[in-house]
Amino acid sequence: MDIGLILNQSITQGLGVQAVIFALAAIGLNVHFGYTGLLNFGQAAFLAVAAYGLGVTVATLGFSLWVGLIVGVLAAVVLALILGIPTLRLRADYLAIVTIATAEIVRLVVRSVTLRDIFGGSDGINRFADEFYALNPFSSGLALGPLTFSRNDLFVVVVGWLLVLLSCLIVFLAMRSPWGRVLKGIREDEEAVRSLGKNVYSYKMQALVVGGVLGCLGGFVFAISSQSVQPDNYGTDLTFFAWAAMILGGAARVFGPVLGSILFWFLLVFINVTLTEAVRVGYITFIDGTQVGQIQFWILGLTLMLLMIFRPQGILGDKRELAFDVK
Amino acid sequence: MSSSEKQQEARASLVAVAQEPGAPKPDPILVAVGVQRQFGGLTAVDVSRFELQRGTITALIGPNGAGKTTFFNLLTGFDKPNEGEWTFDGRSLAGMPAYKVARTGMVRTFQLTKALSKMTVMQNMLLGAPNQKGENFFRGLIPGIWSGQEKANRERAEELLRHFKLDAKADDFAGSLSGGQRKLLEMARALMVQPELVMLDEPMAGVNPALKQSLLDHIRELREAGMTVLFVEHDMDMVRDVSDWVVVMAQGEIVAEGTPREVMQQQAVIDAYLGEHHSVSLDSGSGS
Repeated sequence: MDIGLILNQSITQGLGVQAVIFALAAIGLNVHFGYTGLLNFGQAAFLAVAAYGLGVTVATLGFSLWVGLIVGVLAAVVLALILGIPTLRLRADYLAIVTIATAEIVRLVVRSVTLRDIFGGSDGINRFADEFYALNPFSSGLALGPLTFSRNDLFVVVVGWLLVLLSCLIVFLAMRSPWGRVLKGIREDEEAVRSLGKNVYSYKMQALVVGGVLGCLGGFVFAISSQSVQPDNYGTDLTFFAWAAMILGGAARVFGPVLGSILFWFLLVFINVTLTEAVRVGYITFIDGTQVGQIQFWILGLTLMLLMIFRPQGILGDKRELAFDVK
Repeated sequence: MSSSEKQQEARASLVAVAQEPGAPKPDPILVAVGVQRQFGGLTAVDVSRFELQRGTITALIGPNGAGKTTFFNLLTGFDKPNEGEWTFDGRSLAGMPAYKVARTGMVRTFQLTKALSKMTVMQNMLLGAPNQKGENFFRGLIPGIWSGQEKANRERAEELLRHFKLDAKADDFAGSLSGGQRKLLEMARALMVQPELVMLDEPMAGVNPALKQSLLDHIRELREAGMTVLFVEHDMDMVRDVSDWVVVMAQGEIVAEGTPREVMQQQAVIDAYLGEHHSVSLDSGSGS
């Protein structure tokens, strides 16, 4: 077994572009669920509308990348309003149902044959981020210990982690403010907050918009890093990986989703490469290399279950504030 | 119990008021007319007229299922009536959402205490402060804009907590408080809103006898501070002790009104509590 290879790949992925994307998605979810108690099971839709907003504006309509980014953010805001207006007056579970359905609707609309001229069908939209890479200040890639990034990847990853830090700063400032206090109050008991003269509906809407916009930054990173948007990248698994990352790191904690996302991708790749290597060398004989893909998720799922049993508040979480009751 | 000036004032203001349902008051802070709420075929509340005298402690009593809490919910915007009009301090509140009702100065508590248990006692208190600049998302991001106001609110909260003897618990999670302490916190938090009318839904429920006395004292102090209090209660002894005026509900309607001493003697009240054909006075055996 090549231990060096296993660690190199795991660490590179744990700090790589996937971790950035899921960290941003999970930071948004944390505003929704961790702080406000909103069950958003459609975070993928926020990433999708941002990525498609960018892609369509640049590739289909021919505007610049910067216009595309603005369109993407506006699309996320509009999506939050569409989701929130009918559901935020209802009980929390309705939002969960509507968001999961909406995310699927968004995915099916952009991959539809009828709208192929706009969204590119199942092939998606490609090559719209040259303007971004033209700004790359790095002259070469990075090969620092276990970390290896190509020149372009390095630029995306650095910009991505800066976005993560900026998002964390916004969450940190917002949640220590009286605004964040209202959100936490709503998470605990919205009737009580209402009885104190706060417009609960408006605050829930604001939380949905803020979390959606933070999550949509992950959509930009996803789209730009691969120079493509493809509908099937924005399925329900994206949403639930982001949930897993948030819960793993600890909800209602500023850095919880970031740590969670790093660990999630580190673990996923670590399990995958370790199994692949073990099969290749012959330590494991009862599965073959093609089955590793499934088994890595079994093991990851088991790991998450154990975490929920022994540390239901996540790694950074405070049990007194937010924990999942698995009993 | 020594009778304070405010108590004498409150009781004097009610001397000339007729002891009958819907009786007009000399200076009503709250007037409700024709408020009806039906759940399917059941009429839960049907109050043809209700006036609440400013500066008094008024008890709303009645047997289980009389519609007291529903009436509370209607008045405070937590439920919508099928018909009816009501005004608070001359402003019509019908159709107004609950958060706006609270902003007019009419703040309620709940029968099942709603302490925000995974926030600290201090955070609970600060949430009650009105017109906070930092409750806007963008302004909230810049602490310089709201920190001054926050400091003032914190000082006011500390003072209230001291008064309610919760100051030692300020940094504890509200979930760690006892049932009685939660009632106190909820009352203190309502006061952070700076209300004119405090509506307490069963403030004494599930509170041990020692704390009940202190809760009663706190209710009296609300009147001393110039506020009007309307509270729902089951326990007749509590009512007699603290209230200036008693309103009795049964089967959704107001069946009697009067001073605590006299209302207990009324046949309608005895009927409501004990069923009809009883000739026992509810006041008997109290040693008064």
